[in-house]
Amino acid sequence: MSVDAATVRRIARLARIAVEDDEVEHLKGELNAILAFVEQLSEVDVAGVEPMTSVTPMVMKKREDVVTDGEIPELVVRNAPASQDNFFLVPKVVE
Amino acid sequence: MTEATSLTLTQARDALRKRELSSVELTQAHLDAIAQARVLNAYVLETPDKALAMAKASDAKLAAGEGGPLEGLPLGIKDMFATEGVRTTACAAILENFVPVYESTVTSHLWRDGAVMLGKLNNDEFAMGSSNETSHFGPAVSPWRRTGDTAPIVPGGSSGGSASAVSAGLCLGATGTDTGGSIRQPAAFAGIVGVKPTYGRCSRWGVVAFASSLDQAGPFARTVKDSAVLLRSMAGYDPKDTTCVDRPVPDYEAAVGRSVKGMKIGIPKEYRVAGMPDEIEALWRKGAEWLKAAGAEIVEVSLPHTKYALPAYYIVAPAEASSNLARYDGVRYGVRVPGNDITEMYEKTRAAGFGPEVRRRIMIGTYVLSAGYYDAYYLRAQQVRTLIKKDFEDCFAAGVHAMLTPATPSAAFGIGEKISADPVEMYLNDIFTVTVNMAGLPGIAVPGGLDAQGLPLGLQLIGRPFDEETLFSLAAVIEQDAGRFTPQRWW
Repeated sequence: MSVDAATVRRIARLARIAVEDDEVEHLKGELNAILAFVEQLSEVDVAGVEPMTSVTPMVMKKREDVVTDGEIPELVVRNAPASQDNFFLVPKVVE
Repeated sequence: MTEATSLTLTQARDALRKRELSSVELTQAHLDAIAQARVLNAYVLETPDKALAMAKASDAKLAAGEGGPLEGLPLGIKDMFATEGVRTTACAAILENFVPVYESTVTSHLWRDGAVMLGKLNNDEFAMGSSNETSHFGPAVSPWRRTGDTAPIVPGGSSGGSASAVSAGLCLGATGTDTGGSIRQPAAFAGIVGVKPTYGRCSRWGVVAFASSLDQAGPFARTVKDSAVLLRSMAGYDPKDTTCVDRPVPDYEAAVGRSVKGMKIGIPKEYRVAGMPDEIEALWRKGAEWLKAAGAEIVEVSLPHTKYALPAYYIVAPAEASSNLARYDGVRYGVRVPGNDITEMYEKTRAAGFGPEVRRRIMIGTYVLSAGYYDAYYLRAQQVRTLIKKDFEDCFAAGVHAMLTPATPSAAFGIGEKISADPVEMYLNDIFTVTVNMAGLPGIAVPGGLDAQGLPLGLQLIGRPFDEETLFSLAAVIEQDAGRFTPQRWW
């Protein structure tokens, strides 16, 4: 399988990465090189093989459903590019 | 007495305990060495004030006959580990101003045990790379050069700064992270020891996430014994990481020097790849001879799905990366580029904040997880992963204790030599290491010799899950026969 210019734009949109028009051709080439490389997986017989979900067999740990953290809003927003009164600030979303 | 920076970690530990040397002296010697080695670009942040304060506190403990297993020993920390109050960037533009308000579990274990932090070490952006050339801070440089040549050589990646610093004597040991070979490949390139523990052995909490089902932290050191001492401190249960196992951490140092007599060592025939330099083939044979001379039994084994590990990795790792890196949106931390609406803000922020390799992997990951392609790519890759793991399980079930392979398909290359239009060429560096991450197994890279151009070559040992001890015992045999390798100082 390979991607065309429209697909590159669609992937970029899904990934929320702005791509300039003059980058599309180059990106297409790189992505197709990787897709050509992974293509060889199609020759493996995977009929009836369970997909790996956990590399080390283990039972998912569950912690007590209690509050273990919190009351630190100023620390939570400390690295935010924009914040006010311990809230994250973003461009207007709702008109 | 020897220069303080050329002591091994365990030699320095013993000298501190005997009070022949103070931690402040040892730390200052390393800070001086770092200041003289800035051309290597190994450190992206030096923390001399913090280092000396920690050293002073360690000296007080040592004077009182107290202190932990790493008391007063100066280490470097890969910039993938969150360090409280100390800038942590993953060497990415998008995180260039991030100062964590928490400490990663692995580094907190090191400080609990008394270690001193010298600073943060260079790596490929978000640990995505095999040469340290994708770092936002520019490439780290290897202290090694080809004989009679001054061209700068890559220290490998992604943990290039860690490998360079340990090899050049800019710390006694360092932390690394390994998703597809990012500890073992740079260790091999720099002529030092690097350990990728079993998945779940070290906590991933507070480590900048790349591919969560593959990422594992581990140590770099100049000797096998030093790496064993460091892993014992780094490992251990952490309720904050659901994949971190609750099982006791053995005394790995005690495994160094233990007999390997009667152990069955597998030589996987599929690792004999076309185009492999004769020197690597010869070193591999030599490694097997060393282990045989120590009483191990060498057997040829087969891991039939080996050739599919790298392509499967380049689906699984980007898929997980695209998901993990969704968090860099210019809202909660990192750099923001303004936009007319929130979507444009996200898109511009991420376009400006991610370098070309990271952008490429996010896009591949997004594609293979997108509607209509998930089964063809991601699901199939995870099925292949099951088969890769089964290959190893079959060998272990047949009585094999560990496998011996080359660590890399070549010696280190020059900076800029492998930046071509085809990203796959760089990916092939990880061909021998990536299987281990796909199967969640422990691996160790140990220096084996130098090539004709004077650059280090490494061997890799792959073990059963949670049997790092056997790897330390076997690696110590190789180290004893191969010797240690120190670069000629030119910086």
